[in-house]
Amino acid sequence: MSAIYILWLRELKRYLRSKVQIIVSLGQPMLYLLALGFGLGPVFQRAGSGSYLQFIAPGVVGMTVLFSSVFSGIAMLWDRQFGFLKETLVAPVPRIQIMIGRTLGGATVAMIQGLLIMLACLIAGFRPQHWLAIPFAFVFVALIAIVFAALGTSIGSVIKDMQGFQLIMNFLVMPLFFLSGALFPLTHLPTALKVITRIDPLSYGVDGLRGALIGSWAIGMRLDFALLGVLAVVFLGMGAYMFSRIEV
Amino acid sequence: MIKVENLVKTFGKFTAVHDVSFDVAQGEIFAFLGPNGAGKTTTIRMLTTLLRPTSGKIELDGLDPTVKQKEARQRFGIVFQDPSLDNEQTAYENMELHGVLYHVPRKVRAERTERLLKLFELWERRDDYVKTFSGGMKRRLEIARGFLHTPKILFLDEPTLGLDPQSRNQLWTHVKNLNETEQTTVFLTTHYMDEAARVAHRIAIIDHGRIVAQGTVEELKQQTNSDSLENAFLALTGASLRDESANSADAMRQVAKMWRR
Repeated sequence: MSAIYILWLRELKRYLRSKVQIIVSLGQPMLYLLALGFGLGPVFQRAGSGSYLQFIAPGVVGMTVLFSSVFSGIAMLWDRQFGFLKETLVAPVPRIQIMIGRTLGGATVAMIQGLLIMLACLIAGFRPQHWLAIPFAFVFVALIAIVFAALGTSIGSVIKDMQGFQLIMNFLVMPLFFLSGALFPLTHLPTALKVITRIDPLSYGVDGLRGALIGSWAIGMRLDFALLGVLAVVFLGMGAYMFSRIEV
Repeated sequence: MIKVENLVKTFGKFTAVHDVSFDVAQGEIFAFLGPNGAGKTTTIRMLTTLLRPTSGKIELDGLDPTVKQKEARQRFGIVFQDPSLDNEQTAYENMELHGVLYHVPRKVRAERTERLLKLFELWERRDDYVKTFSGGMKRRLEIARGFLHTPKILFLDEPTLGLDPQSRNQLWTHVKNLNETEQTTVFLTTHYMDEAARVAHRIAIIDHGRIVAQGTVEELKQQTNSDSLENAFLALTGASLRDESANSADAMRQVAKMWRR
């Protein structure tokens, strides 16, 4: 247990100490929130769908948590190159504990990022249906964070260089984000796109966030919750397996 | 303390370690010498549970590290060829993390961390980030960390690579000192023959995955009619150059340098 704790703490310390990185990683979601939120606002309004800022804010929170949690796993690439990974792999601690400590650390960091963006949304003018909706939404934030931190750990266990990183970025993380309904409603979509969005696990996370925060569910609370819960278990298992196979 | 019998490791068709056998007694300093690509690091990786042997037997303090992995790991410390510190944490935090991973009780952890950091002259810098340390300081910290959990065996894989003579000299003084006071068995590899001659009680020379000679410095010199260990080494392994191919890790290090992270 203490091994899990100390590795979780390490992830947290690294995050809190890199002030520049905190600001940098919040920059992109802020751009989406402000540029798209206000830029597309009038069009969205004229289409009769209400405020786009209200609509996109939960999507931007989901996006922030996705990026932050996947990257925490891929950051293993740096630990591999700077050698710290080896120190943990020869320690007399079961690998599963090391994997869990790292993954929970990454998920915690992602949740803090999500909280910061949520605050930014509130400042920009976003209003949840009820203030109690925010703690409810954080159940989904936590689920998204764990699912994708575990996915990140699996990927981080396999890729060994920057090319692999770019590949994951362009062919996994960006599609996960764009096809999740973070930016557009999941209703009245062409069939092909609808099918794709239903395969994307982030769709369920964003739907949960949007449902909790502004009361509009496209998929449904029970299904969102169940699917993310199952995926969290599956990805944690997958991550643990991949991590246990690392050879340095 | 370390017993290796007929150890073999093959990667596909390539045999990296070929029928290697040796014994290291408790409290001994044993040097493993060989040209690049001779199989030194592969052997260390098998001894330290990072790689599974293709065949052969290993015993560390009476334990088979391929079976009793956790127990074996608790008994040794290792300083890798490349750094393995967390640059984003302080020297003290690095020690602390290691102590927790190796189940060192809190009180002992604090005492030993203080003693070792003072010994390796890092106590004053304990709250500085490791990324601000020089190469020599990092190496010292890694060795101090390796001793933290009072290992019975300490593996040192080219610990003095890239250090100035002052740091090298000081580093070996400390290692010898701890070898005497704590009775730690030390297994080391190095390219500097003078270091091996100075600190090691016994030496094995490995080339192309096979041990070509074993014994004290004097014995090796006599065997080859040489006046120094360096000449004995050259007589045993030949004077031709060995080239290792670069791997993805080297390529990444290049990128990392560029990105300065």
